[in-house]
Amino acid sequence: MPLLSVNNLSVSFDTRAGVARAVRDVSFQIEPGRTLGIVGESGSGKSVTCYSLMGLLPQPPGRIEAGQAVFDGVDLLHISRRQLNQIRGRRIAMVFQDPMTSLNPYLRVGDQLIEPLLIHQKITRASARKRALDLLDEVGIPDAAHRIGMYPHEFSGGMRQRVMIAMALITKPDLLIADEPTTALDVTVQAQILELMQKMRAELGMAVILISHDLGIVSGFCDHVIVMYAGRVMESARTEELFYQTRHPYTRALEKSIPALQAKGRELYTIAGGPPDPFHPLPGCPFAPRCDHAVDACAAAEAAPLEVAPDHLSACLRVQKENLQI
Amino acid sequence: MLRFIARRLLETIPVLFIIATVTFFMMRLAPGGPFDTEKQVSKEVRAHMEAHYGLNKPLFQQYLIQMGHLLRGDLGPSFKYPSRTVNEIIADAFPVSLELGFEALAVALVFGLLAGTIASFKQNSPWDHVPMSLAMIGLCVPTFVMGPLLISGFALHLDWFNAAGWFSPRDRVLPALTLGAYYAAYIARLTRGGLLEILRQDFIRTAQAKGAGGARVLFKHALRGGLLPVVSFLGPAIAGLLTGSFVVETIFGIPGLGRYFVTAAFNRDYFMVMGSVLFYALFVILLNLLADIVQVWLNPRLRFE
Repeated sequence: MPLLSVNNLSVSFDTRAGVARAVRDVSFQIEPGRTLGIVGESGSGKSVTCYSLMGLLPQPPGRIEAGQAVFDGVDLLHISRRQLNQIRGRRIAMVFQDPMTSLNPYLRVGDQLIEPLLIHQKITRASARKRALDLLDEVGIPDAAHRIGMYPHEFSGGMRQRVMIAMALITKPDLLIADEPTTALDVTVQAQILELMQKMRAELGMAVILISHDLGIVSGFCDHVIVMYAGRVMESARTEELFYQTRHPYTRALEKSIPALQAKGRELYTIAGGPPDPFHPLPGCPFAPRCDHAVDACAAAEAAPLEVAPDHLSACLRVQKENLQI
Repeated sequence: MLRFIARRLLETIPVLFIIATVTFFMMRLAPGGPFDTEKQVSKEVRAHMEAHYGLNKPLFQQYLIQMGHLLRGDLGPSFKYPSRTVNEIIADAFPVSLELGFEALAVALVFGLLAGTIASFKQNSPWDHVPMSLAMIGLCVPTFVMGPLLISGFALHLDWFNAAGWFSPRDRVLPALTLGAYYAAYIARLTRGGLLEILRQDFIRTAQAKGAGGARVLFKHALRGGLLPVVSFLGPAIAGLLTGSFVVETIFGIPGLGRYFVTAAFNRDYFMVMGSVLFYALFVILLNLLADIVQVWLNPRLRFE
């Protein structure tokens, strides 16, 4: 049984410029202890998907139009705030993109670190503090006993993200959602943070959803990858299969955009054009205007992701109909 | 921190000195003198009175004499109330203003913080629009209109309170509301603005992701930073509230310090003016210092030493 099963999630934003359809008909599952990557460019709806699950979507302007998100038998999208607060921070934890702004500058690191324990468990401050110290040590913060009394601005970016991770893991959650956890960090620190997350995942045996715009990071971390574009799932497959048997032109284009995989000295590959306007969605495949393989049928009608191989979904009409090889 | 406080306290000495000097010469530069209002004072009597208070001496000598008195904490006699010294007048009237000030402050804080907090949590709803419109009215209606309005409504028509006077605890209600209304309105708007700014921050989302409920998010995570603008406003505001309001004290017939401040200037009551200016200045300086200390306490990013 999956730990979390998201079914047909659709989210819109009501703005002055009109209704922006940020997430459309997104479905995925994650089993306990597994790792799922969600990849897509800015505005593809990957973060909005996860914020919706956590009840962190500002509503209004955000609006969850349809869908379910069943976590351990409970639909996260249709429970009371009180029930949701019993789950978030205890069974599902989250790490955010920017550790500079995600920690409260007015509170000591230690107080923020132990807050999930104080909220969710009957525990004294002293033993919560002890747990926090152990965990800080484990996430690689030297001199934890001293640092626990400091404020976030006295930490570097990488150290803050370590604190964020420790804070998310302190209740030993079943699921960790990491929203671009390394994007705001230096490249050298990025690798350390990913390594730390990998280590903690192995130790605690939790499931992880890793959101990233970086296909490289996701492929190194996750068992399974979902590629999103314009609020929709384009392709979904086991990581190796996604790379070696790519079944969607957009995924292929993303792969070609990874500079490290290209020959040195060649001009970097870019996908021509820009992402579609979320206020005026196209009737057909959202990638069709930028797609090398597009035919007239692509622009006419939207294709839902279908299984094109065992446990491998593709939303490409031509892959589905003609078994197009990309 | 202690060094910071000590330095700021030492800085008050030159500031008070400059204020005293400027006040002294400005009062003497102003046309008229302390005995001009008395009717038909003969030249001899007038000369005698001026000699009595030392006003016939050269100006600079008068200045030195007065500064000497001030250094010893002696504010001098009052021309208008010859039987009392300025020190005595302040000692009598200040507790009245202080009490009214604290009551008005309580009104301002309770209504202002409550309205501002609710408005920010329910932004763009009637819970936001109604209190903020009232606050706008509170800011725009001057005290000398607010006071008579409250009197005519609650004292004359409803007869719940006396129209004026300062005897029973009930007499405190209308003056405190009148004086506090403006500050309540200002604090409500500052609180709303400050909290809205904070509630937009990423770390509020982090707190929610941890499963913190609304009250925890507000009190533990938002209020500290959200109240910083209110705190910096409160320093000078409290000084103004506690040292008395001429208008409110006049409307309600309250024997407070504010009336003495203003009438002293009209009467060219030189020593009384000097005393009240210095007293007010000291209050403003000390409360600003207090506001700064509270800000540093609230905001750890300001703590650099």
